[in-house]
Amino acid sequence: MIYSDKVMDHFQNPRNVGTMEDSDGMGQVGNPVCGDMMAFYIKVKDNRIADVKFQTFGCGAAIAVSSMVSEMAIGKTIEEALRITNESVAEELGGLPKNKMHCSNLGADALHKAIENYQERQKAAESPASSPEKPEETEDNDSCACPYCEGPIEGLEKTCQSCHVELEECPECHKPMNKKEDDCPHCGATKPRV
Amino acid sequence: MKRIYLDHIAGTPLHPEVIETMLPFFHEKFGNPQSLHSDGQQASEAIQEAREKVAQLINAESSEIFFTSSGSEANNFALKGLALAHQKQGKHIILSLVEHQSILNAAKFLEKLGFTFSHIPVDKFGMIDPEDVRKALTQETILVSIMLANGEVGTIEPLAEVAEICRSRDILLHSDAVDAVGNMPVDVKALGVDALSFAGNQFYGPKGSAALFIKKGKRILPFIDGGIQEGGRRAGTEDVPAIVGMGKAAEIAMQNMASRAERMKDLRDSLIKRLPESIEHTILTGHPIQRLPYHASFCVEFVEGESMLLNLDMQGIASASGSSCTSRALKASHVLLAMGIDHALAQSSLVFSLIDSTTPEDIDYLLQVFPPIIERLRKMSPLYTQYLEEKEK
Repeated sequence: MIYSDKVMDHFQNPRNVGTMEDSDGMGQVGNPVCGDMMAFYIKVKDNRIADVKFQTFGCGAAIAVSSMVSEMAIGKTIEEALRITNESVAEELGGLPKNKMHCSNLGADALHKAIENYQERQKAAESPASSPEKPEETEDNDSCACPYCEGPIEGLEKTCQSCHVELEECPECHKPMNKKEDDCPHCGATKPRV
Repeated sequence: MKRIYLDHIAGTPLHPEVIETMLPFFHEKFGNPQSLHSDGQQASEAIQEAREKVAQLINAESSEIFFTSSGSEANNFALKGLALAHQKQGKHIILSLVEHQSILNAAKFLEKLGFTFSHIPVDKFGMIDPEDVRKALTQETILVSIMLANGEVGTIEPLAEVAEICRSRDILLHSDAVDAVGNMPVDVKALGVDALSFAGNQFYGPKGSAALFIKKGKRILPFIDGGIQEGGRRAGTEDVPAIVGMGKAAEIAMQNMASRAERMKDLRDSLIKRLPESIEHTILTGHPIQRLPYHASFCVEFVEGESMLLNLDMQGIASASGSSCTSRALKASHVLLAMGIDHALAQSSLVFSLIDSTTPEDIDYLLQVFPPIIERLRKMSPLYTQYLEEKEK
């Protein structure tokens, strides 16, 4: 088996699956072009995450990561939850295969997006000039995220508009990677030196 | 738990008689076929016998068979060897968009040497139009390589028509027939090909056994330089057990092919009919009729391939998928994308390829355990939730 027992457990019995009609925050990352897509819903009470629900379209790792993130987030304060990193999720799961590490990146991102959405709604409630009822669509459905700053990029731009890293297509997985780096952050492939 | 192996395209189990035939060549008859002593000659004779059987399977002469270590090697041998041997006549080669990686990546290697390539598109069934091959021909074209059948979607390509076009212009035709040979009748003379790759592990022979057919008189550059093995075109001590095993598997395939194919076609058609009935939003990929007898492939909307594959595995069923997550390179199947299937749907691919021991009960079991898996995965799929919401509007 390519996955650890813990990953398989979360994959087979994912915790906190579902949607939330009266969520306080909702965040969505990824898209089917990239292979995985996650939607996180949070309920916040007294600055603590009282409940989490998620939905995931993706591989075993993506499902296990979502489940683990949901478990790690419940009961934490907003500040603590924002400190959940992609690395800590992978570690909690007993590691992930190298070419699946990008799945763990999506998990914490989706949670953080949901928290951001919650904070925006809080702000909007304080100053009712603008009241975003619906969660903001932060992800363009036809593009992938920059692997370095997670900012949205249109397909394969030459330079990420958010963090200005120079990008090129990984020869193996065709996802965007830093032109100056040798190893692809998605699939771990080493670029052939020309 | 009983295992139900529905991943023929990844390799078949060895036929018991194949194992029996191979075993003495690991110890009792271990001689090197190139040695002049009796031990060597015994192995040499066994290889010659295997070569004849393998040749018969595709209606070739035994001198036209060159053993290799895999289908990928045979494809590399054919593409590189034929291209380099004929580069004085031109440097243009025609492929289809749905070829195996061992053809597509060998082509990338040749591109660096100055060869140029045209890629023939496919229709929604994964089938090429031979007329597109004719249109792509230039004065520089030396070689056309079109697969006989596609392992990912099962479609059988109209190769004989391509051969006619190539023959009329005196252009070489190679075909990757790895997923076809041993499972359907393949006759190199009737097809009119100049070279053809095939592998023993696709018809109940061992892994590591494969061959390239090269029509008598066609020039090809050696693939491994060294001694005189395989007519000096593929040097290196022969893998005698593998070659002997492939010979036996070819002999059995010739006897059983028709009955095997008939039985499998029935099971395949039953699966193709019943799966979309028991799981809605499931589509067949590949050609509905012109397809490999053992091959049933689908896209199950809103669910990712690897998550289906792992769940089926836990129920004892082995299958395959063309989703990005399933591929180690994290790429969606180039075959499905070439057929015009969008990325999201390509992530939802699942391939069931039957083997000769597959029973009607196995198919019933699959149809019993698969729908609840999909129901569960769709419940956690944001794409399915989106679909339901849009449907309500």
